[in-house]
Amino acid sequence: MMELIGIPPQALFGQLLLGLINGAFYALLSLGLAVIFGMLGVINFAHGALYMLGAFVAWLLFQELGVGYWPALILAPLVVAAFGVVLERTMLSRIAKMDPLYGLLLTFGIALVVEGLFRHLYGVSGQPYPVPDALQGGTNLGFMYLPTYRAWVVVASLAVCLGTWYAIERTKLGSYLRAATEKPQLVQAFGVNVPLLVTGTYAAAVALAGFAGVLAAPMYQVNPLMGSNLIIVVFAVVVIGGMGSILGAVITGFGLGLVEGLTKVFYPEAANIVIFVIMAIVLLVKPAGLFGRTT
Amino acid sequence: MPDAATLTRTLLSVRDLHGFYGESHVLHGVNFQVAEGEVVTLIGRNGVGKTTTLRAIMGLLDRQQGSIQVAGTELVGLRPDKIARVGIGYVPDDRGIFASLSVEENLMLPPVVKQGGLTVEEVYGLFPRLKERRKSQGTKLSGGEQQMLSIARILRTGANLLLLDEPTEGLAPVIVQQIGDIIRQLKAKGFTILLVEQNFHFASTLADRHYVMEDGKVVDMIPNDRLEAEAEKLARYLGV
Ligand SMILES: Nc1ncnc2c1ncn2[C@@H]1O[C@H](COP(=O)(O)OP(=O)(O)OP(=O)(O)O)[C@@H](O)[C@H]1O
Ligand SMILES: [Mg+2]
Repeated sequence: MMELIGIPPQALFGQLLLGLINGAFYALLSLGLAVIFGMLGVINFAHGALYMLGAFVAWLLFQELGVGYWPALILAPLVVAAFGVVLERTMLSRIAKMDPLYGLLLTFGIALVVEGLFRHLYGVSGQPYPVPDALQGGTNLGFMYLPTYRAWVVVASLAVCLGTWYAIERTKLGSYLRAATEKPQLVQAFGVNVPLLVTGTYAAAVALAGFAGVLAAPMYQVNPLMGSNLIIVVFAVVVIGGMGSILGAVITGFGLGLVEGLTKVFYPEAANIVIFVIMAIVLLVKPAGLFGRTT
Repeated sequence: MPDAATLTRTLLSVRDLHGFYGESHVLHGVNFQVAEGEVVTLIGRNGVGKTTTLRAIMGLLDRQQGSIQVAGTELVGLRPDKIARVGIGYVPDDRGIFASLSVEENLMLPPVVKQGGLTVEEVYGLFPRLKERRKSQGTKLSGGEQQMLSIARILRTGANLLLLDEPTEGLAPVIVQQIGDIIRQLKAKGFTILLVEQNFHFASTLADRHYVMEDGKVVDMIPNDRLEAEAEKLARYLGV
């Protein structure tokens, strides 16, 4: 068996794949956070809870109604989006003109309430969710074994990230969104219903979190705390990438997932903190983040 | 009593308009009218409330009182997007070009609010430079080009009342002349224009009438053909 720098390729590629998968979740979640921050000026602490909500909705659809993975992949994000509409209209819109700290505290509170509710109802032990039939099994690539579901997660996340990027950077609706991120009052004075655009943006961004939750369900157990474990790392990813950039969030998400995977291979002790070390360095060297605009 | 003719011809009517930024009371009862097809200026020293008056018309102040009617529709209390849809195009004093949009995207951004706007080709005909630079980032344009873009993008929308806030500020004389030509062409096409202008010489070559503002109020109105006669008074108002 060939070895790379003393590391068996199975282990190296296995960790790279794991890194890519973590990166897929970082990308989907930090993308939504970046969009929400741009449009609402809110650091959406509830993002992890909404990711968890997506996974739970998929699990409940399956348990209670026998609705399978593929419909859940659409339905669960829609449910999360609807919840997002309610959150934005009843709470976030009221603090729109206040200090960003209020948004952080409010969404932190929402996260605690949502997670507390699911803990109360379902406990902290995870609920298993089956891998859909079409994505069972895997392929031996020679240098590594590739489980089909994991490959699907990476591909689906990449596709959704690129689709979101395209929608924001290349469509008419996206130009409203970018413009309203810069000068919301002027965009509204041109005749665009900006409050509606803000609600829609929040709903779409949290739907991405819900989608990530459904992707995660068959791989990890569905657990009320799955979001809060992830969201701290995702915040670090957003800080590293810079709040302002869509493509930056995606690239940073996947990139840091890979870095984490490589660290597991070469220096496993540091794997859990490598992202935070990078964050500290980036904050020192380029406080606006790698892709952030300093204005 | 205004007669029937003036009633139908008045497009914009501002009555006893008060405007506030937070607690500070900036407009103290502004009154003026603009008839359909007219070019009218708001002039006055720095800080008298010209920009605030335009922002009030667009519904962008924290708080306002009084009455603003456009073609019979009361604007006070409407949201800015509803106000725009009455048929008003706004060119803000900072030009409002979006950095994250290309020139073309900036141009296409304002939604069509009424029928009868210029086509994109007609707009590019008026501003050939914008067509050449349509793929550039909006804020990479020169100051004059940004000003043209700011005007160009509201011509597509079908808005027939244009609010222009100091379109010549900080621009070279050649560019000022070009913008003057554009405004004359727009007047000929039937647009109604409310123009805030510090460059009085420029304003006198385009406008039908001038409203003079002082301390958040309109204090005088001078028809353009009375300018020479009123030159002394005007110099006192403007402090020149
Ligand atoms: N955002 C704001 N908050 C508080 N006060 C403001 C604000 N903008 C303007 N003002 C004040 O309102 C008054 C009127 O300002 P405005 O910008 O309407 O004047 P202007 O006539 O357009 O002046 P200029 O010729 O300098 O553009 C000024 O005293 C100004 O200081
Ligand atoms: Mg001004």
